[in-house]
Amino acid sequence: MTVTAWLELAILDAERRELPALRPLLEGLARSTAALRAADWNRDLSGTADTRLRPNVR
Amino acid sequence: MSAEPRTIGDISRRLQARTLSAAEVTERCLGSIAERDPSINAYITILADAARAQARAADEEIKAGRYRGPLHGVPISLKDLIDVRGVPTTAASRVRAGHVASDDALVTARLREAGAIFVGKTNLHEFAFGTTNEDSAYGPVHHPLDLTRSPGGSSGGSAASVLADMAYGSIGTDTGGSIRIPSSVCGLVGLKPTLGEVPIDGIVPLSILLDHVGPICRSVEDAGLLHHTLVGTKPLPAIVPRKLRGLRLGIPRGHFFAVMDPQVGAAFDDACRRLTRAGAVLEDVEIPHAGDAGTIYVHLVLPEAASYHAATLDSRPDDYTPNVRLRIEMGRYILAEDYVRALRGRDALRAEVDATLQDRDALFLPTMPTVATRLGATTVSIDGTEEPMRNVMLRLTQMFNITGHAAISMPCGHNTEGLPIGVQTVCRHTSDLLEIASAIEPVLEQ
Repeated sequence: MTVTAWLELAILDAERRELPALRPLLEGLARSTAALRAADWNRDLSGTADTRLRPNVR
Repeated sequence: MSAEPRTIGDISRRLQARTLSAAEVTERCLGSIAERDPSINAYITILADAARAQARAADEEIKAGRYRGPLHGVPISLKDLIDVRGVPTTAASRVRAGHVASDDALVTARLREAGAIFVGKTNLHEFAFGTTNEDSAYGPVHHPLDLTRSPGGSSGGSAASVLADMAYGSIGTDTGGSIRIPSSVCGLVGLKPTLGEVPIDGIVPLSILLDHVGPICRSVEDAGLLHHTLVGTKPLPAIVPRKLRGLRLGIPRGHFFAVMDPQVGAAFDDACRRLTRAGAVLEDVEIPHAGDAGTIYVHLVLPEAASYHAATLDSRPDDYTPNVRLRIEMGRYILAEDYVRALRGRDALRAEVDATLQDRDALFLPTMPTVATRLGATTVSIDGTEEPMRNVMLRLTQMFNITGHAAISMPCGHNTEGLPIGVQTVCRHTSDLLEIASAIEPVLEQ
């Protein structure tokens, strides 16, 4: 599920549950989730993500 | 209350020598509570009668030659997440109304066996899920040095109880910084041990992956006494300070210093100069994924909290304080695949911090980018820029909850308003950390 699709569903659910105050929090969480997914430590079966840790150069 | 003695070490030496009694020191704490706690609100439950009974028993035992050790007869407080037999554990929440602990938490039992006196259960940010101690069913805790400010959180009541002489030490918990943050802004010593070293049985959890239990007190000696008691080490080992000359300290620049109050930065740099003059070797290090710590943290702590609170979120959601409820609700939306990504990020961060410690004794950095924040604020001004409060407060501490390294906050001066500044030392193992912190402490006090 893409982050965009996740956010749409999450907001719909929050509105259904009458928790409008969740929306800005979910929007912030979505930005964080996008960053998490873009991180280079993620292993990807397609082999496209960089699986190496960046070395401590000092 | 008289100015001296104030540390557990000082008290215990006088108790053992019988130049002071447990009853006297307990009455001092209870007197401070009566005088100051109405305005500070550090305590949820005050155990006055039980504390007096414990003190009488301690004095009789000591008089009879049955001295149990350095905590015998010493009044301490416990964060109200930690079970004490026969006493409510409220977690500062209406959700826990009616709860009474049927038994001591394991750490409580060890403190009781050591002869410690339990003065009371301290106020906290509800369910430990916050950094300001403002969201509590029992009202906010006020900083003893400035009642308009927060003492930090979530172990804010614990820190305030020690700072205001209402206890000689306190036991808190730390999931993202909740021992170190209040210790820093209250000018105290706060220890987060290595992950898993201190048992969390009988303690209301926030995140099993990230929760730690540790002391808030006035000295590294006291931190060692309390920590080893919690671990169950017998006999309590003496901390032998490392030699400063040749001690290698890594300073993780970059992300950690990108948001920093200038006075905190200046105090830290001054401490570095003094350590260098004393012979320590300080060098900059990098933790490449440090900027991802916040992202990793929320994707671990939120779903863990949501899983624990699932039943009560459904059955009694309005019994939570609104802000805490919303944060826990967020956790219900995090997908399992993202939780797993966060676990991998945790592994990456841990490896990077381990790499920085490969040829060094410890990391050294500020504990908080700022000083005590105003109650009611949602942002904090750092060098003219308004920054989100929570992100700022967790910025320098949550990393080491994720990686599990031991970390201790020690006082390092004050800003121009007299508000305390804290610095943090980080090691793989708590035993090493206490030896190193013990060497650094006198330099910070100069």
